[in-house]
Amino acid sequence: MANTIQPPLPDGKWKPRIVAFFCNWCTYTAADLAGVSRMKHAANVRIIRLMCSGRVDPQFIIAALTKGADAVLIGGCHPNDCHYSEGNYKCLRRNQMLKRMLADMGIEPERVRLEWISAAEGEKVKRVINELVETISRLGPLGIPQKFEEWDREMSELTRQMSKQQEAVDGGETPVAVKTEVIHV
Amino acid sequence: MSKPKVAFYWCASCGGCEETVVDLAEDILGVVEAVDIVLWPVAMDFKYKEIEDMPDKSITATLLNGAVRSTEQEEMAHLMRRKSQFLIAYGSCAVNGGIPGLANQFTREQILKYNYEDAPTLGNGGQKIRPQLKSTEDGRELSLPELHNVVRSLDQVVEVDYYVPGCPPTPNITKTAITALLEGRLPPKGSVLAPDIALCEECDRKASKPTNLAFTEFKRTHQKLIDPTQCLLAQGVVCMGPATRSGCGAQCLGGNMPCTGCFGPTSRVRDQGLKIMSSLCANVAPKEEGDISKVLEGIPDPIGTFYRYGLAKSMLRRKVNLPANGK
Repeated sequence: MANTIQPPLPDGKWKPRIVAFFCNWCTYTAADLAGVSRMKHAANVRIIRLMCSGRVDPQFIIAALTKGADAVLIGGCHPNDCHYSEGNYKCLRRNQMLKRMLADMGIEPERVRLEWISAAEGEKVKRVINELVETISRLGPLGIPQKFEEWDREMSELTRQMSKQQEAVDGGETPVAVKTEVIHV
Repeated sequence: MSKPKVAFYWCASCGGCEETVVDLAEDILGVVEAVDIVLWPVAMDFKYKEIEDMPDKSITATLLNGAVRSTEQEEMAHLMRRKSQFLIAYGSCAVNGGIPGLANQFTREQILKYNYEDAPTLGNGGQKIRPQLKSTEDGRELSLPELHNVVRSLDQVVEVDYYVPGCPPTPNITKTAITALLEGRLPPKGSVLAPDIALCEECDRKASKPTNLAFTEFKRTHQKLIDPTQCLLAQGVVCMGPATRSGCGAQCLGGNMPCTGCFGPTSRVRDQGLKIMSSLCANVAPKEEGDISKVLEGIPDPIGTFYRYGLAKSMLRRKVNLPANGK
């Protein structure tokens, strides 16, 4: 996959990679506050600013995970504080079903975390990020792009044999028999 | 001039797609008159060898239905690709993995064990016999294709030119697709040969779809007497219509059943299951966590409900902690 986040780091050691979706009005402002206040938090998070946590399409979360992220963090306004009045509730409801679906699909639900962080809570941004990095360090890499490659190895085997056979035919040589004979049942 | 050659082939499917071709009724005579059918295992006797012997690209179009989940199906997908100018993924299984794609929640071992050892309907006089890749009978060696660990849609195996969705594709879109092919009026490669708009557009109940939905409970079809005139979402029944491509004429709705999503998503949506989940769950009425999950319990199997025909082609494709091989 061309636009996959490459896992190996310069020192070759795995570190959690987290994609964060922060709402423009509360959590992103809080992250800004944390920065201005010179608070230090783990550097494993790539923050994407959206207008509202209600804009976080579940497809964004799964796209992050399938392209190599180990976890996704979503930050929105506290209940009753949404700039668009209902967006954070929509996010909360989707998140509850998404967690059930993640579990069914073999992904630890802890890898997707939703937090309400107001514009004044720079400290909470720091705490939540540090906690999540710790949790993911414990869980280990998710590695979905690598799994896709592993799964598809069972196909490349036959394709390789068939192209070998085709080359033999094109080259006028006796075809090499493919491993599995086709039998019409 | 010789007539264009057409082939029909089936992989992991139930046979319903073949039925649709026959459902063209008397229109099929027009098709048969216009083309030479060179392969159609369900209806006519041709040998794979005859296809292998044909020059590459000599078949005008192959309509291939079924998901790809064995070495034989994979090999045939490659063969038909090589021999055809147009390879058409025909039906939900070839397009999105279909019902067989739901097997991507289990390991190959779980599937084989259940089907050949644990299923209550098993015959074989109580013997537990698994199919062997190789066996000897009267001194002759027999071989069987191997089951893959992962179920795939056709385009996850070979390049596909056009898609005809549906479980099965309805006769009207089949006819439109075949006519377009024969007359050479073809849309850009990779197109789905069905309208690119959600099913609600052609649903008779559209007028009763509320602007603001607020689900206080979800009911399954057997738990409720469904009003045949009202939008199913307004009645708290999960209907995949808003996240499903139209083109079927909303036949299930006509039979007072909800859409289950067989036409797959429109071109603007990558993952049909996540999209309908997003839409339905966002519109749950409660605001407290406990109350929300109580409403969502009305959907006991989200994967089977939202990905009934699309798990293999979904973003995750398969339960991610299953092994790539064997057990």
